[in-house]
Amino acid sequence: MADAAAVQHGVPGEYEAPLFGAYSKKVGMWLFLASDSLTFGALLFAFSYNRIYTAWPTPFGKESIINATVMTACLLSSSLTMVLGVFAAQRADRTWTRLWLLATMAFGTAFIILHAMEWTHLIHEGLSLPAFPKPAGQLNSEYTKISTGVPQFAATFFGLTAMHMLHVTIGVIYLGVVALRKWFLPILGGLWLAGFLLIPSDNVFHYLVNALLIGLVVAAIILFLKPKDYDAHDVEVSGLYWHFVDLVWMFIFPLVYLMSTKI
Amino acid sequence: MHDVAKHDDSKGQYFWVWGALLFLTGVEVWLGYRQIFEPVRMLEVLLVLSVIKSALIIAYFMHLKFEKAIMRWMLVIAVTGCFVIMYFFFFPDADRILRLGVK
Repeated sequence: MADAAAVQHGVPGEYEAPLFGAYSKKVGMWLFLASDSLTFGALLFAFSYNRIYTAWPTPFGKESIINATVMTACLLSSSLTMVLGVFAAQRADRTWTRLWLLATMAFGTAFIILHAMEWTHLIHEGLSLPAFPKPAGQLNSEYTKISTGVPQFAATFFGLTAMHMLHVTIGVIYLGVVALRKWFLPILGGLWLAGFLLIPSDNVFHYLVNALLIGLVVAAIILFLKPKDYDAHDVEVSGLYWHFVDLVWMFIFPLVYLMSTKI
Repeated sequence: MHDVAKHDDSKGQYFWVWGALLFLTGVEVWLGYRQIFEPVRMLEVLLVLSVIKSALIIAYFMHLKFEKAIMRWMLVIAVTGCFVIMYFFFFPDADRILRLGVK
């Protein structure tokens, strides 16, 4: 690690103190998160614009709101376990660091599963995009009328939540690499294979689960080309990314779900 | 070498922040069901609550509160500035296109 090398071989005063008082990885992650926030910002502005200037449907009933609230609680709790993981890493307590990271991943995975179940339910009810496979026995409900009458609703809903779900998935893989290193690769491969074989082909997640395969390839390249023992800095930087994912959901949940609540 | 951000390490404050975030989420859900505001006002109220929640996450969970002032201000000003530009330039322009049509 560059910072460690600076300490071991540096002469006092040889290296100029960094402007931001933080190691480079952390500054880099902050800059990435700042740029990524603009991506979500643009999507949320587009959503808000459509929400205000369109006769917006309000289809989400009690079931969807309760589901989304539980998902929110999962993400908030995952942020707490992530903070505890960072503290454990600062104490150089490897066991607890790994356990807290695994707890964070468990909450993140619960969020993804709940979200996927909700997507599947909505698509089966008729809220869909032209690119999605048509499930067998699709109902002709209020959602079907929304998909045809106000196509912006399905486009913004699936666009925003898919982008966020992708970030959560990347976050879980990132934490898995930091917590388990090469041991995580077979787990990720098994998850992809199970998802690909078990999810029926008329379900959109039969195709989206391939994101795990891409994640597996990228993680394998990183782990084999630059194997290292991840330290407290790495845990803190991965935590920044995870908290950002949580932060973005704090805007998506009220705007997408609560602003479309059926009374 | 610069250590991982050092700060007041009392874990209790993080549990308080977590509780506050859950409470604010509950308030949002309650407001969503009560529908006491018309949509635009509701959007504003929910956005204010979301900004408070995100500030708590950024300050405590992401530890920005404990970073150097220059890093705090650089990030906050840069990101806020970009959002202000988006709001004051893109939003009215999109509205103008909708009302006047693309010329």
